[in-house]
Amino acid sequence: MSTLEIKNLHASVDTPEGTKQILKGVDLTINSGETHAIMGPNGSGKSTLAYSIAGHPKYEITEGSVFLDGEDVLEMSVDERAKAGLFLAMQYPVEVPGVSVSNFLRTAKTAIDGEAPKLRTWVKEVKGSMENLRMDASFAERNVNEGFSGGEKKRHEILQMELLSPKIAVLDETDSGLDVDALRIVSEGVNRVKENTGLGVMLITHYTRILQYIKPDYVHVFVNGRVAEEGGPELAERLEAEGYDRFLAQA
Amino acid sequence: MTVTDHSQATVDAAHSHGLGTPTPDASRADRPTSFEVADFRVPSGREEEWRFSAIKDIKPMFADEAVEGHLEWDVPELPAGVTLTEVSPEQARERSVRAPGDRAAAVAAAHSGGAMALTIAPNTVLDAPIQITLTGTGQDVRGHLLVEAGASSEATVIVERKGTATYSEFVSLDLAENSGLNLVLLQLWDGDAVHAGEVVARLGRDSRLRGSVVTLGGKSVRLNTSAAFAGEGARVDLFGLYFADSGQHQEHQLFVDHAVPRCTSRVTYKGALAGKTARTVWIGDVLIRKEAEETDTYELNRNLVLTDGARADSVPNLEIETGEIAGAGHASATGRFDDEQMFYLRSRGISEDEARKLVVRGFFADLVHEIGVPSVEESLMKAIDLELEHVNEELAEEDA
Repeated sequence: MSTLEIKNLHASVDTPEGTKQILKGVDLTINSGETHAIMGPNGSGKSTLAYSIAGHPKYEITEGSVFLDGEDVLEMSVDERAKAGLFLAMQYPVEVPGVSVSNFLRTAKTAIDGEAPKLRTWVKEVKGSMENLRMDASFAERNVNEGFSGGEKKRHEILQMELLSPKIAVLDETDSGLDVDALRIVSEGVNRVKENTGLGVMLITHYTRILQYIKPDYVHVFVNGRVAEEGGPELAERLEAEGYDRFLAQA
Repeated sequence: MTVTDHSQATVDAAHSHGLGTPTPDASRADRPTSFEVADFRVPSGREEEWRFSAIKDIKPMFADEAVEGHLEWDVPELPAGVTLTEVSPEQARERSVRAPGDRAAAVAAAHSGGAMALTIAPNTVLDAPIQITLTGTGQDVRGHLLVEAGASSEATVIVERKGTATYSEFVSLDLAENSGLNLVLLQLWDGDAVHAGEVVARLGRDSRLRGSVVTLGGKSVRLNTSAAFAGEGARVDLFGLYFADSGQHQEHQLFVDHAVPRCTSRVTYKGALAGKTARTVWIGDVLIRKEAEETDTYELNRNLVLTDGARADSVPNLEIETGEIAGAGHASATGRFDDEQMFYLRSRGISEDEARKLVVRGFFADLVHEIGVPSVEESLMKAIDLELEHVNEELAEEDA
């Protein structure tokens, strides 16, 4: 049982026009096995929340705390956070020329576990996970994210999540830009990992469609750098019908 | 990231493009060659072929005067059919495939006191590489080396340069009909060495030259390699790997002269740069003359910039004088290993040092395998890892 506890989180970013405050006091607690949907309009700070948890150097934490099972996440380097059990599925995964997917996965797995995985079981595990995500075997020999389609990139993110078995995963708009088939495959992957490992999920999304495939336990409406309203799955339905207008009017 | 790619360059009377500065010679082929030092003016650094060079470091090697120093030669017992002999200055000139193409090489040939000639007899087929090690002991040295591959011979020759010296050289590679030569030149100098070399190759009918250059050491290294086809059906593969740290200036110039029909050339050079003052230069010229129908050529240069401040220049040039070619192209790209790539890898638990290693090893891996000498390939990957350790230490100091 793991818990990610975010309290009063404030974060800013340096822009050419000066420092801009983006997160303005986020409170959120995610336990193993729970799925929290974070929904909000563009520019509300959802991605900043994801990057701040993962430790992207662009964002400065100015106030608040993030704890994973009592450990201070904000004190950890980016790779230490991953080793502690956090995973960020990125909205725009980065190309890494010259590094094959298989080499990347093995290196990451070795880093997370502190020892190299046993070759035979590892190969089988990778193969099985790729088959589940309908990824061709040739995928393993391609360079990380180089020339991948949008759907391939997202499946590759979920592949990593499955193989690295984190405690808590943040999925940053993993559904954006996917067609229904790809969305279904990616969602199945997330559900499978949840079922097998008890993963806790922070599902950041702009659209409600993914919630037909991944059922949230909680829905948080994110507006202007903080959680404006919280509820159960029914809140998502209401957002689907009404949009974000009433929150934006308040902000 | 800057990219040039003209995979199938359009065929003009002459197709050439560089960085925009006018080329004084109408064609690369117009550059003079001579054994007379006086035929070359002392370069100022403004000339096309010197404008990216570490002129200050190389300057001592423009002086038309005798020097006393030498490199220590470590030569294994040579197999049957292979000889290494000293030849007189007159012989050395006569047996070189052509005269030097720049002042430093002319000075090297003029003051080397003759040449060392490695000769592989016709029809000799070697199954093991010949490894020669040249060690500098801090002296000024001029060198002239001949490698002569006899008809239908097959050999792999590795020449490793280490220690320190102010060294200029003129190297002539003569490939007789149907010979195959795999030559590996390793520049593993100490940090203060300065090295300016010209390597000229002539490829006879149906011959095959695989020339690999690895430059990791030295303060300044400038290698100018030319390959000219003298007979049909020949093929040249030129590979280069370089890694420049702060304070290092590494320049590789190449010229492939397609003067006869039905020859193939491939040039593949890759470099990594780390440290504020790391500097690399790659200039790749290919000339397809009017007679050179059915030519097939491709040259590629890629640079990976690991830290801020480092500078990589890359200038491909393709001159085409005939439309009857099989293929001609070049590609040049300089990319950065940037913060976003670093964040992505680290967010998967991979440490900063490990991430850099992963990317650099991946960048060089396929090139290293092209060298075709397993012992060299293995030690090279280790040498690259060692380079990276220096980079990591340097970056850690900067952060501290």
